[in-house]
Amino acid sequence: MAKSIDVSDLNLYYGDFLAVKDVTIPIAARSVTAFIGPSGCGKSTFLRALNRMHELTRGARVEGKIMIAGKDLYGTEVDPVAVRHQIGMVFQRPNPFPTMSIFENVVAGIRLNGTRMKKSDAEDIAERALRGANLWNEVKDRLSRPGAGLSGGQQQRLCIARAIAVEPEVLLMDEPCSALDPISTGAIEDLIHELEEQYTIVIVTHNMQQAARVSETTAFFNLKGVGQAGELVEYGETTKIFSNPEKDATEAYISGRFG
Amino acid sequence: MTTTLQNEPSAPAEEPLEAAQLPRSISWYVLGGAVVVSGALTLLLGWNLAAFGVVAVIFYLIAIYVISRVVEGRRKATNRLMTGLVTTAFILALLPLVAVVWTVVDNGWSVMSAEFFTSSMRNVIGEGGGIYHAIWGTLIITGLSTLISVPIGLMTGIYLVEYGRGALARQITFLVDVMTGIPSIVAGLFAYALFELFFGPGIRMGIGGAVALSLLMTPIIVRSTEEMLKLVPDELREASLALGVPKWRTIVKVVLPTAIAGIITGITIGIARVIGETAPLLIIAGSTDSVNFNPFSEQMMTLPVFTYFSYKQPGVPPEFGIDRAWGAAFVLILIVLVLNLVARLVSYWFSPKVKS
Repeated sequence: MAKSIDVSDLNLYYGDFLAVKDVTIPIAARSVTAFIGPSGCGKSTFLRALNRMHELTRGARVEGKIMIAGKDLYGTEVDPVAVRHQIGMVFQRPNPFPTMSIFENVVAGIRLNGTRMKKSDAEDIAERALRGANLWNEVKDRLSRPGAGLSGGQQQRLCIARAIAVEPEVLLMDEPCSALDPISTGAIEDLIHELEEQYTIVIVTHNMQQAARVSETTAFFNLKGVGQAGELVEYGETTKIFSNPEKDATEAYISGRFG
Repeated sequence: MTTTLQNEPSAPAEEPLEAAQLPRSISWYVLGGAVVVSGALTLLLGWNLAAFGVVAVIFYLIAIYVISRVVEGRRKATNRLMTGLVTTAFILALLPLVAVVWTVVDNGWSVMSAEFFTSSMRNVIGEGGGIYHAIWGTLIITGLSTLISVPIGLMTGIYLVEYGRGALARQITFLVDVMTGIPSIVAGLFAYALFELFFGPGIRMGIGGAVALSLLMTPIIVRSTEEMLKLVPDELREASLALGVPKWRTIVKVVLPTAIAGIITGITIGIARVIGETAPLLIIAGSTDSVNFNPFSEQMMTLPVFTYFSYKQPGVPPEFGIDRAWGAAFVLILIVLVLNLVARLVSYWFSPKVKS
């Protein structure tokens, strides 16, 4: 099910301003790839380009190719809505829909698209997704309660359940734990380990130790200076990046000399 | 150290943590004193309620400032003075509202009766009659006007927030701003001119009144829809879009339901604003003594126009007409009150819940 992504020569613009420059990186299927780097270096911008959310910002545009299973995501015939069916996203701050119950939140990806399904089918999907997100046991008795009434960690797991309910190929996570306490963070990191058996996961994180714990491949993004474009400095196996990186900038960031 | 240098500068005095304070209820005592002194003065010089109030307030403000300044210091004195001024302003603002409600209730309450609500003015001279035709007229015309304004206003608001970016959006915003200031009689004249184009001079129709009112209501609804939609955080739209939901469905199924409580409140405020407009209805909806349920033919009476005519041409003897005018005004205020309560209920019922 999960697919791999191949990015070549990607340049991301906000209007005339080049935000991210010349990114070429393969993202392996069924594994976790982490993007690390200092603030403002373009990791989140690049992540959002992967599911065509970048162009939603006014004036934003993309040059380059992103191939998923042989198809260019930015091809002329490609429908961004269809892309986002295949590539899901979890955001930094949990954002369950406030007018919907927990159950409705989980199946929102299906229901909001107008797909009619029997109640029992919807319940099956919700249970599968909630189990997958490790939230089922905590909420199975209160599925009709409002989604916004859960704790932060639970809300984030609800958002993950919502994202996997539509069975995407790839799951993008933009600093999913930065708004959470350490225990919830741990729960979500365990969840990522389980999810990577089924999905390709790309996670942007500020927390280097988290990247080391969670990912197989790590990519280091950096910014040469204020007002300049961010770029991909180095990528490779996580253990290698954190113990023996090739570039000086990577080494400096890893050892905390800047960041 | 026992020796000090002679030209060592003295250490700056440390600011003390404590400061003198007046007792807690001092402002009430001072107010009481000001009231007594002012009362004595006005009683001696000729009683006048307004003068009594003004003098009491002035005495209070001066006294509290001086006393506080002497004991507590400048900052606290200014604080007390400003508190007094703000409270006075609040009371001043409240007085007309209370006065209006009191007057209308006082004069209109006694007019309420079963006959008042169930009969029109058809064939009525002098005593008797009621506002049955006027209530229905107001409900029909305001209802039609809401039916016209809400879809237009809502969709314009959605366009301006979710889609509009360029020159068209700026022009629409500007025009909406201008429209919020249209005098109601101008709206009525416009509606009349429009209907005269189609139906000839002298035309009177309930629906014309509805058109005039919707000219006044639509900008209010556009504005409040805009504000409510802007309050919906972008992260909700992003969450929905990231699930692969198309933009229009995101708006209909996520953004609108989240904002609906505020939008409905805005609509209710719009209704309350136009329900009492007299001038446009005078011109285009006209006036009549009989019930008319058909907005597409002939004149239709409404509560504000009824109030106007009852007061202006009460007939002989005039008490009955004037009583009916107060009664109609009372019912109008009651309807507005009920609308506002309904708006609050709806807003509570529809708003996103956190605890269930």
